[in-house]
Amino acid sequence: MHRRTSEIVIESAIKLSGVLVIVFVFLIFLFLLKDALALFRVYPVGRFLFGRNWLPISEPPQFGMVPLFLGSLYVTIGAILICVPVGVATALFIGEVAPRSLKQVLKSLVEILASIPSVVLGFIGIVWLGPFLRSTLHLTTGMCGLTGSLLLAFMALPTIISISEDALNSVPRTYREAAFGLGATQWQTLWRIILPSASSGIMAAVMLGIGRVIGETMVAMMVTGNAPVIPQSLLQPLRTLTATMAGEMGETVGGSEHYFALFAVGLVLFVITFVINLVADIFLRRARR
Amino acid sequence: MLAVLAAASLAGCSKDMDPNEPSGFVRIKGSDTLVNAVQEVSEEFMKEYPYVFVAVTGGGSGVGIASLINKTCDVASSSREMKPKEIEIARQHGVFPKEFTVAYDGVAVIVNKANPVEKLTLSDLHRIFTGKATRWTEFGGKDLPIVTLSREVSSGTHAYFKEEVVCLGRKDSTEEFSAKTLLLSSSQAIVEEVVTNEAAVGYLGMGYAGDRTRSIRVSKASSEFIAPTVREVMARRYPLARGLYFYTDGDPKGAVKLLVDFTLGPEGQQHLVSTGFVPLGATGAQTNQ
Repeated sequence: MHRRTSEIVIESAIKLSGVLVIVFVFLIFLFLLKDALALFRVYPVGRFLFGRNWLPISEPPQFGMVPLFLGSLYVTIGAILICVPVGVATALFIGEVAPRSLKQVLKSLVEILASIPSVVLGFIGIVWLGPFLRSTLHLTTGMCGLTGSLLLAFMALPTIISISEDALNSVPRTYREAAFGLGATQWQTLWRIILPSASSGIMAAVMLGIGRVIGETMVAMMVTGNAPVIPQSLLQPLRTLTATMAGEMGETVGGSEHYFALFAVGLVLFVITFVINLVADIFLRRARR
Repeated sequence: MLAVLAAASLAGCSKDMDPNEPSGFVRIKGSDTLVNAVQEVSEEFMKEYPYVFVAVTGGGSGVGIASLINKTCDVASSSREMKPKEIEIARQHGVFPKEFTVAYDGVAVIVNKANPVEKLTLSDLHRIFTGKATRWTEFGGKDLPIVTLSREVSSGTHAYFKEEVVCLGRKDSTEEFSAKTLLLSSSQAIVEEVVTNEAAVGYLGMGYAGDRTRSIRVSKASSEFIAPTVREVMARRYPLARGLYFYTDGDPKGAVKLLVDFTLGPEGQQHLVSTGFVPLGATGAQTNQ
């Protein structure tokens, strides 16, 4: 009888915390929506979503988020192109190739990588990576999208490595044994059998990595130059959604047009990360099946 | 911040506090141009009035003005005047800003030491910062693209520069900073980029222009080119000069009044001069009533 009550208590506590998480996410969404919609009462939605100029302190101000959205998109695509191949290859090496002792060392190194604060990476970007890229690629300035992409790729690597590795681990042993039994080499097994069977999990890792990159603020603000221009390439300065919010929130007065515009930017960012996480979740669920 | 609070509460409890001495806690927030000078003045002030604690933070003039309106600081320091729109918003929030001019300052335009360009007219600067002029050759420099650097929109120096250079002082002007302009989050970041980038040009309060960069001599028409020095600003010859302000909510009282008086008094002024600013008396333009 006693055991029964404690079970009920624990069970409902767990249920409550589960429900609370959903409630919180929903409340955050409502909060963003409320302040973002306040912008659209005074500023047309179309001009916010498709406007090509972000000039928040001009008279009259212009809140066109196209340059910011493209800035985030460019930096994210750049980072993904760099970190997905490297991350998946590292996961394959750790999970399938490396000997047991090396495996443990590499795993803990990846965890250390995950714990480097972003402001430290940003600092490295300003004093070393930026000037280095400028002089080697003959750019006009080192504060550009590529610097941001490289550092953000570095930040997304741990996420991609650990989740891909989990996905590789969950491929049944019998697959490998069958492949080897048929006379496949290790490379053939890796490339033709293990990678395809783990593909859903790896896709999920990539999506979560994208979520990590697009939401990162500090590095983006410090190294990308923050020019609100419609970017033509990764080699020029650009401004991301996150850096705009962080850079401008301090100077806005609660309740002003600019304040609401930053919330609208926040809402866009929230929707993007929400969709990305949802897609990642769908892939993860497929992987478990 | 916590340390200051802890110190304040400790001091509040100590037995040897003289109840006749003025005591209190003053929060100053705003201009990054002024932050170092105000910090120095505050330290001197706290020696004089040991039971008053002053916390100084930067972030930009816009941040200071926003927090005065949001009532999260007692004194907003600013390198630009409050806009009529901001005063109106402040009134709506029950805040009645009172302005004190605390010093004058020149805005220096800085370039890399390897850049041969030494002097520019205001209209040259206008062409550079609006993106109409894109190569240094046009001004007798090397064959390099011009990389323009600016502060973030929260900066009072940004607002001043936009008004005087980008819009050339015309109120109805709709000109904007070139979208390619890099928006950096501090004066120091501008100095760092100019030091490492031969093609860069930036602007900042002249107190920040050290000897690692070179300040351009500027002229209003093409007659006389003036270097940004304390003497030239005092003589009102340097074209990019402006006031630096404190704003309080209504007439300052208690500790806030002591601090404002101290800053305007001989000792405060002396410290502002030693950090590179131009004192009030010098230009004979005492505007505080």
